[in-house]
Amino acid sequence: DDKLLTEPLSHPDFFSVKELFTLKDLFDARVHLGHKKGCRHRFMEPYIFGCRLDQDIIDLDQTMQHLQLALNFTAHVAYRGGIILFVSRRRQFCHLVESTARACGEYAHTRYWQGGLLTNAHIQFGPGVRLPDLLVFLSTLNNVFEPHVAIRDAAKMNIPTVGVVDTNCNPCLITYPVPGNDDSPAAMELYCKLFRMTIIRAKDKRRQSEAVEELR
Amino acid sequence: TLRLICTTTAVQRKNVGASGPEKYTEAFIKKQIEEFNLGKRHLANMMGEDPETFTQEDIDRAIAYLFPSGLFDKRARPLMKHPTEVFPEQRKIQWGEDGRPFHFLFYTGKQSYYSLMHETYEKFLNVQKHQDQLTTQDLPVQKEKRNLAGSRWLTKIELEEMLLEQVSDDDYSRFIQLLQKLVALPCADIEEKYIQKFSKELPVQLQKVVIEPLQHDERGVAFSTGEGKRKTARATAVVYDNGTGKITVNGIDILHYFPVLQDREQLLFPFQFLGRIGIHDMVCTVSGGGRSAQAGAIRLASAKALRSFVTEKEVEFMRQAGLLTVDPRVKERKKPGQEGSRRKFTWKKR
Repeated sequence: DDKLLTEPLSHPDFFSVKELFTLKDLFDARVHLGHKKGCRHRFMEPYIFGCRLDQDIIDLDQTMQHLQLALNFTAHVAYRGGIILFVSRRRQFCHLVESTARACGEYAHTRYWQGGLLTNAHIQFGPGVRLPDLLVFLSTLNNVFEPHVAIRDAAKMNIPTVGVVDTNCNPCLITYPVPGNDDSPAAMELYCKLFRMTIIRAKDKRRQSEAVEELR
Repeated sequence: TLRLICTTTAVQRKNVGASGPEKYTEAFIKKQIEEFNLGKRHLANMMGEDPETFTQEDIDRAIAYLFPSGLFDKRARPLMKHPTEVFPEQRKIQWGEDGRPFHFLFYTGKQSYYSLMHETYEKFLNVQKHQDQLTTQDLPVQKEKRNLAGSRWLTKIELEEMLLEQVSDDDYSRFIQLLQKLVALPCADIEEKYIQKFSKELPVQLQKVVIEPLQHDERGVAFSTGEGKRKTARATAVVYDNGTGKITVNGIDILHYFPVLQDREQLLFPFQFLGRIGIHDMVCTVSGGGRSAQAGAIRLASAKALRSFVTEKEVEFMRQAGLLTVDPRVKERKKPGQEGSRRKFTWKKR
């Protein structure tokens, strides 16, 4: 049992996450497109490649690195049987995110966030609730273009976060930010596909390792 | 916690009502079901009947016989029913042994409601996809108007019962709006079964009232009967065809029974409205009430009898004229502290 848990940590890319996407895939899905210059957030400047006709372009090399780290982390969490909660407050992609979560066997929250969900969980749900072990934000802003309350709450409850940050978002409290577009449907479908594939891969690997251990 | 020393017995009694609803565990409900079955067999033995074929109605009769109660409220009387009917359905623990919740929308707080919205939206997208397929194949898109007048959506309370959790007003209105959007699409017939889960049939009021066909007596004359009431008066009227406009009340002609013109006008009003004054003649019996009440009762009875002679349109005209409605006005009771039902005692300043 100990070996099952410590073995993946020794490899840098145990789940071979790098094969899942290429730079061309990201470009075709229009991940590099940001908002206009006026919407730019100060802390996103390191991640921006440049500005063309007032529109910010996100640096896809950095995105590749961050995305690889984020997917690797989610795979490790899913391998250890952690609860992953997909959060997004965009109405266009709410159905897509919920279906992705259901397909992975994980959880989703694309609706109105009630104040004490994470911080007051024992009273809202009942004693003995297990909180999520990872929050995945497919859009860090809520309907009023402010940072989602869950980022701050997860930081308070020591829950790691993975988030797709656009040029108008604040990447501060997110543990694994992934600079990229969160507005076009193609980009969102790409992210959903990537997360789904990593989680399924990680769970399959876990089942295989357990079967191998039992045979011994 | 502080222990009060000098208290009344009222404080020492536990306030069961304020402690909130009791949580019923699975083991508790199982034990209750076993006790119920055992008690049912004992009761059957006591009544001298077969324990195997002892139904719920027999139980109710036996309890009413063994514990007669004169209480007015039926819910306060002794009750012996299956525990699933007595204890309300409750949500069981939502997560498994390892702590992972069962439902994928558990962390939203309102899992049943949001999963319902998710499913409905999925049906909506399905219908849109089907519509797009039909347009690409250039097939005609059906547009059958669903009968909206005959059905209503579930009420908020019915929805709460269905989902077993609290639904707020905003959530309920959003759900109804989504259902209406789904129904408004042309190809919504595909998801008809799903929509029927949330709509209820409304029996149209007019269809309930059955107009009786004409009967014929020995001489071959067509007649029909009607009943009417007003205040405490009850009347039955038999309206005959091929008559001369003669009206008889309790064996007496109306001129002698109703000396006042106003009452005779009330009797003739249905015939005047339909323009059939000299055509029909009527024999009625009336009892109870006073002068005006008896006149009103006979008017209603004759209008009901005339429905059989007349077309549906004219029946609708009669209904709108108020000839077919029972007058609900009754004498209001006198209240204590007042002189009459409305009149107060004279107010003296000093």
